[in-house]
Amino acid sequence: MKLDIGKYVESGVEWLSANASGFFDAITTGIDAIVSAMQTVFLASPFWLTIIFFAVLSYYLPARGRLFTKEGWKAGGGISIFTVLGLLLLYFMGYWEETMQTIALILASALLALVMGIPLGIYAARNDRAETIIRPVLDFMQTMPAFVYLIPAIILFSVGNVPGVVATIVFALPPAVRLTNLGIRNVPADVVEASRAFGSTKRQLLFKVQLPLAMPTILAGVNQVIMLSLSMVVIASMVGASGLGQAVYKGILQADIGLGFEAGLGIVVLAIILDRITQNLGLEGVKTKE
Amino acid sequence: MGDIHVKNLNVIFGKRKKEALRLLNQGESKASILEKTGCTVGVYDANLEIKQGEIFVVMGLSGSGKSTLLRCFNRLIDPTSGSIVLDDKDIVQCNEAELREIRRKKMTMVFQHFGLLPHRTVSSNVGFGLEIQGIDYETRRKKAYETIETVGLKGYEEQMTGQLSGGMQQRVGLARALATDPEVLLMDEAFSALDPLIRNNMQDELILLQEKVNKTILFITHDLDEALKLGDRIAIMKDGKIVQIDTPENILTNPADDYVKAFVENVDRGEIITAGSIMFENPASIRIDHDGPKVALRKMRKVGVTSLPVVDNKNNFLGFVKDEEMAYMEENNLDKISEYMHSKEEVRAVNPDTPVADLLPLFLDNIYNIAVIDNDKKLIGVVVHSSVIGEMIGTNREKVVQLKEEGGLAL
Repeated sequence: MKLDIGKYVESGVEWLSANASGFFDAITTGIDAIVSAMQTVFLASPFWLTIIFFAVLSYYLPARGRLFTKEGWKAGGGISIFTVLGLLLLYFMGYWEETMQTIALILASALLALVMGIPLGIYAARNDRAETIIRPVLDFMQTMPAFVYLIPAIILFSVGNVPGVVATIVFALPPAVRLTNLGIRNVPADVVEASRAFGSTKRQLLFKVQLPLAMPTILAGVNQVIMLSLSMVVIASMVGASGLGQAVYKGILQADIGLGFEAGLGIVVLAIILDRITQNLGLEGVKTKE
Repeated sequence: MGDIHVKNLNVIFGKRKKEALRLLNQGESKASILEKTGCTVGVYDANLEIKQGEIFVVMGLSGSGKSTLLRCFNRLIDPTSGSIVLDDKDIVQCNEAELREIRRKKMTMVFQHFGLLPHRTVSSNVGFGLEIQGIDYETRRKKAYETIETVGLKGYEEQMTGQLSGGMQQRVGLARALATDPEVLLMDEAFSALDPLIRNNMQDELILLQEKVNKTILFITHDLDEALKLGDRIAIMKDGKIVQIDTPENILTNPADDYVKAFVENVDRGEIITAGSIMFENPASIRIDHDGPKVALRKMRKVGVTSLPVVDNKNNFLGFVKDEEMAYMEENNLDKISEYMHSKEEVRAVNPDTPVADLLPLFLDNIYNIAVIDNDKKLIGVVVHSSVIGEMIGTNREKVVQLKEEGGLAL
């Protein structure tokens, strides 16, 4: 006897597609609106303004609190120069539009993954039973080869940016949940106890103590989410997502070494810029105001 | 107001609490309960009366249940049964909202490892309790600054707590606990994580501070010296049970059982034991207008001493007389004792609550015993050299005999 799990999954997806199409259409419309809005913003603004924006951001984040000092320059200067040069390179290679599409796609996916992942991580941190359920689900999401998501994604969300974003979210969501959970659970027990002893409610405990102290870990999760989103751009392009991934995919299909390399180089540059910018989010034990 | 009554408090950890409680009430031991139900008994049948304004110390080794007991007061740990009544309200029966109110207004806590928020400044940490109550920024900042000054940290208000030393961090912890102006202060091994010298300072300052703020303080420690120094009364815990509740002095002089006795054996007793507890009460004395040298000599022989205190007919202490001078007077038929009395210029008298450590210097160059007098100068007792030495080395009589046999050189 053969246990045909694949068949069950298939009929499940088909059932969803037949009976819950309204729901999936709504999601499609929503995600599409977000991605289009972001793409519009990045494509409509002149390239030099975008470059300046990223250059300033890549300088400001690592150099916070010592902006115009030598140490500030040491921390953020290199990345800032790299950002300017890298983006100029992409512009003059003629990949500006693809780059902007990719950035919009990554940011939309990462944003959605964080919006879902962080609250889920908070929930998992405060509820042991929830954690034991969520954990294997996350393992499943992360280890199942990403290509596999594409098939149901096409059936449920048709082709284009949306199934790409959905597959990216599935792949990039786990670190947001895991690191939020970890960050909150790692807040020293005596600090939590102290907060309770002074009569804080669960909400006060969360917002005044746990989240601020977990913030560096959560921000490391943000960095992970963005990097994993980026790693999905080529795979997502197989279901029609636009951007640099599309160019790489075209390069593969047409055995075009030059096209593949150029677009791949673009992804690398983008990866370095995004990584360095977000890597520094959680540094310097964030000092929060009351 | 402010008194706390703890009655029949039990804390049991584990899943089968009810069964464990039933067994416990049947007098089963901790070990057999653990075996039968898998439950651990944290605190067993604790009964305490803590008075407003006293420093009540709970002392015990780790695992004795002292921290568990403390956490029952603000229900960081929920007791399994029993009651803790503060201001006519049973804390054990409080719902969550009432409990929060108690934690916010009536009872705050100081932690062994401080439990400060590392991402906030000193003043923001101190104002935390007020912030939780929803008090506006200006008010709590003002209160925080005042409290910071009280604990001696003026000038550090806007520092981050991570930059402070352990002692200073605990001052912040203390200020945070005082800032909400609670009735009761729970201190969980508050000074145990500090260096010995700093710890000593903090103890002194807590005593001074207590004179100013006059809170009811429940202090947990594993350090007997600390307990004896701070406590108005001390409860000693062992295996979840309170074995003795008493004043520091009574704990030292009348340990309830061998466990307590073993504990107190190595304590620096000099600061705690007082003249009153080692003196001979109602000592033989000479009445100045009534007794002559003959009577004096006979009394000395009778009690086996070489000097006796002299009093007037209202029992006011006047001085000491010595045997050799009495003998001289008898030989020469002199009878005015006052002429041969060593009066107050030469001899010293002390109050009954003078610690033994302060008596020692008085014996230098003083061959007399020391008279103990009350506030009206009435003679109430006499302290002899050997009692003081005995107290300082912390031995009882049998042990002294044994030490005598073993020590020194046989002739």
